[in-house]
Amino acid sequence: MSVATEVSGATETASTRSARAERLRLLLRSPTFLFGMFVLLFWIGCALIGAQLVPVDPYADDMMNILAPPSADHWFGTDSLGRDVFGRVITGSRDILTIAPLATLLGTVLGTALGLVTGYFRGVIDDAISRLVEAVLALPLVITALLALVALGTSSVTVVVVIGLVFAPIIARTVRSAVLLERGLDYVAAAKLRGEGSAYIMFVEILPNVMPPILVEATVRLGYAIFTVATLSFLGFGIQPPSPDWGLAISESYGMINGGFWWTVLFDALAIASLVVAVNLVADAIHGVFET
Amino acid sequence: MIFGRLLAKRLLLSLVTLWLLSVLVFAGGQLLPGDVGRAILGPLADPQAVANLNHELGVDRPLLVQYWDWVSHFAIGDMSMSYTFRSPVAPFVVQALTNSLKLAAVAFVLVVPLSILGGVWAALNVGRPIDRIITVAGLSATILPEFVTGIVLILIFGIWLRWLPIQASWPDGAGPLTQIYYLILPSVPLFLVLFGYIARMARAGTIEALDSDYTRTAVLKGLPWRTVLWRHVLRNALLPTITVIATQTGYLIGGLVVVEVLFHYQGIGGLIYTAAKGKDFPMLEAGILTLGLIYTLATLLADLLYSALNPRIHFGAVE
Repeated sequence: MSVATEVSGATETASTRSARAERLRLLLRSPTFLFGMFVLLFWIGCALIGAQLVPVDPYADDMMNILAPPSADHWFGTDSLGRDVFGRVITGSRDILTIAPLATLLGTVLGTALGLVTGYFRGVIDDAISRLVEAVLALPLVITALLALVALGTSSVTVVVVIGLVFAPIIARTVRSAVLLERGLDYVAAAKLRGEGSAYIMFVEILPNVMPPILVEATVRLGYAIFTVATLSFLGFGIQPPSPDWGLAISESYGMINGGFWWTVLFDALAIASLVVAVNLVADAIHGVFET
Repeated sequence: MIFGRLLAKRLLLSLVTLWLLSVLVFAGGQLLPGDVGRAILGPLADPQAVANLNHELGVDRPLLVQYWDWVSHFAIGDMSMSYTFRSPVAPFVVQALTNSLKLAAVAFVLVVPLSILGGVWAALNVGRPIDRIITVAGLSATILPEFVTGIVLILIFGIWLRWLPIQASWPDGAGPLTQIYYLILPSVPLFLVLFGYIARMARAGTIEALDSDYTRTAVLKGLPWRTVLWRHVLRNALLPTITVIATQTGYLIGGLVVVEVLFHYQGIGGLIYTAAKGKDFPMLEAGILTLGLIYTLATLLADLLYSALNPRIHFGAVE
């Protein structure tokens, strides 16, 4: 009996492993994934070492040289403080690529725990969560975040916490429906018969089997997080000066757009667009691989 | 009978959602800031002045009293006094809402027919290049933040080509056509966000309907293609699309804040933004709760419309 269990357990691990390798192989052959990953890695690289590579210090202002159009010295021109726009665009991914993933991580961890508990036990908490999700979704994330940021004061930590807290019930809903499918399966019943505790069954037995939907949901959420952080920064409630953040740069410069200073906003807008599209391509490819 | 029960259930759920929402907004506007007087007057103000202001604003009363006072007055349309303007909030909200509805209306009139057309067209050409173009373009437009597409549009059509005004506020006394002219450019970022969602639903619905047995039967019994498309395919395909259009009002509302700020438009989003900047909590709460109310009503309406149009739900086959 115990030998048979061992054997079937071993083959199962092997097949899971080969399924994982197969998915990875599919991902690496998907052009959308590769392209998205390339752009994403480019911006991650810029966030990490961009500051050392750019020819002009992105924080240095030059009052003799404000709002200069693109030239050989300043490839993307200079902004209203005479700062080099090229350097600021290259280093501008740093804050958003810190805040958005942290918020996503917080939301995913909280949401997974919540989803496991509500899916496994169901009952009253389950209904309460559904209602809460609906109330939270009745307001766009940007507005919920705005309210919380005005009330608590603007800071990066608040942005992370607010986005994470709003994501948690949404992710919990996805995890919950995956758990509902798992809890009736034989391996859960077997664990119960062995006398395992609920916490052990939820986090050691069920959790590894619901990882794929969690991963897919997390990558989709990362796209939303980047969208939201960029928008909040544009509104002046997200990343604060003197950061070279893209949304913030557009917020600082769009008031002068009538003067024709297109280079102060266009490159930042394109940078945000490329990052958002890249993350969504990656999320889409991962979603596609796990769906089949 | 069944429809009546469904209506009652949905109404009740909407009320629960609204109640939760009001608690959320109240917590954000009056609980989290802690000392409201301090938040308005700043860290250097005299403690006595802060206490006086708190008393004047009524925020030194017990929380439950404050909540009840606020929510019961809101329910009858009295949205208390603005901290900044020291006058009732309601007229500001009504004026802003009127402006926002104009902007949303222009966006909707553009997006609903075009996105349904796009989705159906893509579905009829599934797998061909035109399908790929509509799907990929729609998806990319949907995921870009409104201020990013907005700024690029301003550069192209407002600054370089000089075709359209880059500020949405029209001169005083402008007629409806002039107003629409001013609202075209601001409505495009909203259009882009909505297009992808609605077109995707319309496409999926149409593909499913085209693939169904009833369409096959309709074609095989010799009905003209036009009749099959209108009476059999589209009637079924567009049902889910209606729900999506209504739920997208939520995204529309979120986008409104950004678009109204970018185009200097005095709508509800602009109002919320100004209130947020000035820490005018009553104005902020009123604006946000109004948006939540609109969203909840739109969702409710979509639910009911869907049930009314779908005979399967109407006759109780579902639930």
